[in-house]
Amino acid sequence: MTCSDFLKELADYLDDSMDAQTRAELEDHLQWCHNCYVVCNTTKMTIEIYRDSHLYELPDDLRTRLRTAIVSKCEGHKKQVSDPRGQSDAPTAK
Amino acid sequence: MGTIQPKVEAASDEITLVHAAKAGDISAFEELVKRYDRNVFRIAQHITQNREDAEDVVQDAFLKAYQNLANFQEQSKFYTWLVRIAVNEALMRLRRRRPERMVSLDEDIKTEEDSMPREVADWSPNPEQLYNQGELKEILGKTIQGLPPSFRTVFVLRDVEGLSTEETADALDLSIPGVKSRLLRARLQLRERLNKYFKNRTGGDGKP
Ligand SMILES: [Zn+2]
Repeated sequence: MTCSDFLKELADYLDDSMDAQTRAELEDHLQWCHNCYVVCNTTKMTIEIYRDSHLYELPDDLRTRLRTAIVSKCEGHKKQVSDPRGQSDAPTAK
Repeated sequence: MGTIQPKVEAASDEITLVHAAKAGDISAFEELVKRYDRNVFRIAQHITQNREDAEDVVQDAFLKAYQNLANFQEQSKFYTWLVRIAVNEALMRLRRRRPERMVSLDEDIKTEEDSMPREVADWSPNPEQLYNQGELKEILGKTIQGLPPSFRTVFVLRDVEGLSTEETADALDLSIPGVKSRLLRARLQLRERLNKYFKNRTGGDGKP
């Protein structure tokens, strides 16, 4: 297995979605190839850092504001559907 | 701890909420909003890289979901279906802001240099502790902003939101190999770009 073979399998390796045979070959490569070991390790860290970073958290006040807006738009839509002023060829409500 | 992924075990009462919402119960739909608004916002902000756009995406995606609930077939999870709507809204806004640049999920630029790491340096044991919260968020935000939209979209769905490869493919209308290849490149590019912030400065010769 070459380093470029290893890289091709890296995503599956990190996701643990591969057969035991391929996994063993990759782990064998990691035993002696320091570069791939470092790439594998730091890529794993990259994923974990992003996962745990709470990047782009929705602030509570904005959250409430958005939810209120969504609910009122949905109410508007519901009204429109159940009470279509003007034309009445699609009475979806009972 | 601090997990930010949607709860998978919530599936059974979720169907009840979806049915109630379909029957016109807005408070049931509001429960669904509460359950996923943070996720939708995070996805939208990752894709659009713009706060106002992300706010609009949250509103429009939920409204669209509500309006189209009757079309939700229930073969997939509600969340996956919602993500699909949100991603489309986000990409639309991104295209509007950057008409000069092609924005497409098909974008999958393949070059050897791209996938072969240029710099191999070990990182500090706890690299995220080298910076305070604010600095770290700035670094991470700046770094992901530099990725092509298709890469950051796949990355946020798979690695941040924790969707499976199949769900990601489903939400983005991509093939499974398509998702995998974008995900690999996204991860490697992020790693490469984070090197300069996180690499181990104590060794120097690469030895611990
Ligand atoms: Zn190697």
